[in-house]
Amino acid sequence: MVDEQIILSAQQVNLWFGSKQILKNIDISFAKNSVTALIGPSGCGKSTLLRSFNRMHDLSPDARVEGQFLLDKQNLYAKDMSVTQLRRRVGMVFQKANPFPKSIYENINYGLKINGVPKSERDAIIEGALKESYIWDEVKDELNKPATRLSGGQQQRLCIARTVALRPEVILMDEPCSALDPLSTLKIEELIIKLKKDYTIIIVTHNMQQAQRVADKTVFMYMGEIIESGNTHDIFNNPNKELTNNYVKGKFG
Amino acid sequence: MNLAAREYVDKTVKQLIRITGLIVILILTGIFLMLLYNTFAFFRHIKPLDFITGTQWNPSGKIARYGILPLLVSTCLVTLGAMAIAIPLGIGTAAYISEYAGKRQKNILKPAIEMLAAIPSVAIGFLGIVFVGPFIAGATGLPNGLNALNGAILLSVMALPTIITVAEDALRGVPHTYKEASYGVGATKWETLLKVTIPAAAPGIIAAVMLGVGRAIGETMTVLMATGNAQAFPQGFLQSVRTITATIAIETGEVPYQTTHYFALFAIASVLFLITLLVNVIGEHFVNKFRKYHSA
Repeated sequence: MVDEQIILSAQQVNLWFGSKQILKNIDISFAKNSVTALIGPSGCGKSTLLRSFNRMHDLSPDARVEGQFLLDKQNLYAKDMSVTQLRRRVGMVFQKANPFPKSIYENINYGLKINGVPKSERDAIIEGALKESYIWDEVKDELNKPATRLSGGQQQRLCIARTVALRPEVILMDEPCSALDPLSTLKIEELIIKLKKDYTIIIVTHNMQQAQRVADKTVFMYMGEIIESGNTHDIFNNPNKELTNNYVKGKFG
Repeated sequence: MNLAAREYVDKTVKQLIRITGLIVILILTGIFLMLLYNTFAFFRHIKPLDFITGTQWNPSGKIARYGILPLLVSTCLVTLGAMAIAIPLGIGTAAYISEYAGKRQKNILKPAIEMLAAIPSVAIGFLGIVFVGPFIAGATGLPNGLNALNGAILLSVMALPTIITVAEDALRGVPHTYKEASYGVGATKWETLLKVTIPAAAPGIIAAVMLGVGRAIGETMTVLMATGNAQAFPQGFLQSVRTITATIAIETGEVPYQTTHYFALFAIASVLFLITLLVNVIGEHFVNKFRKYHSA
């Protein structure tokens, strides 16, 4: 681990929904151009942690966040941090592919438009993003088709294209393959590995094989806490904690 | 009960339910045929072209005139005015309830809107005479405020509950994932509402507007009380007008049976029926147009 540059980190983070504490004393950092997998049983708080990196919890009135989140040394929850700017810099791909009920073209154009990208530049960016997400060849002749007509895997790749079109620094992926068939899953995984060149990726997954295939680092969470984090290979083959070992060996979860 | 008896009951109930369904169709066809028959009877007396293009409605004049235009323009004027007020207000309220309001505000607003729908139309008409009318008169310097604007304001109040309720259902029905996707690319709440939520809810919102239009076109008592009912050709919102519905309500009571005038009222009722049909067809068209983006 030489010269790895930390782009995103969370320190001493606690998070509550109402009176229920979901995240406890989270300390974590993410190196630039790496893929980190968050794993752990359902309800362990991994999605909650993921969504706190682009302040999606702002939408839930009963969520309360404590601690420090830093994106390139800027505090994510600072008063002068614009949440819309932040979400452009920290993009998100959701569990269920959620293209807008608009055309394929409009799905990507929307984010560009609201972020003030000039019209003259958009066509090239849209084409670039679709190519980057390996869906261009499948949709280039029907950009005006409703995005909802695409297959599940195509929809998810379109959602990734929508995210990368904004050139974010970090991409958050919340179980992006959980609703996809194995072949589509494989395509998305290949895509994730390719995107690593330009982006930092944090992926929540229930699929242990997936974590091992795509992630450089793996973080194991349990009951709102980080139990162990490290190189993916170590976490899966040589964990320090008994709990981690039991989980990755499939003994619970 | 033994098996034969149970099957007998089953069959009988099936027939009974079928009859109830058929009765509805029977009533509808009956009304339609009655309208049609009397309308044709009217056109034996008056040329359809004179009816459609005539600018005067004066059945009791020395020379009776049966031009529908003044009534049609009156109805359109009042309805369009009502929609101009009710659509932005209704969609705005619906958006507020579904996207912005907290639990407590919702708990106050929703019953309040339902109560608005429960006010009898005659009470709203009364309000038009004693409150809205004098207000318009005071603001414009006219001798009285019984005109198209008054009717439009009252009808907008009457159409609001329908528009709000249906539009709010539609907005609330937009999957949360669409909104998250929009916030995820850095959109603000307003951008998300305007460019994602409202378009996604468009079929429902159009349905809401169409139901509102239907309510406004067909409403009788309120416009009868508030619009002044002048027979002159309407010139604008500040003129007294007389809608199709008000005309039928006013004249049906006095008209001798089986006269041209009697048939004429059926003819204008048919026109009203056609307009409502058209409104529904247009609404349905838009619903289908937007639906294709939702089919997975």
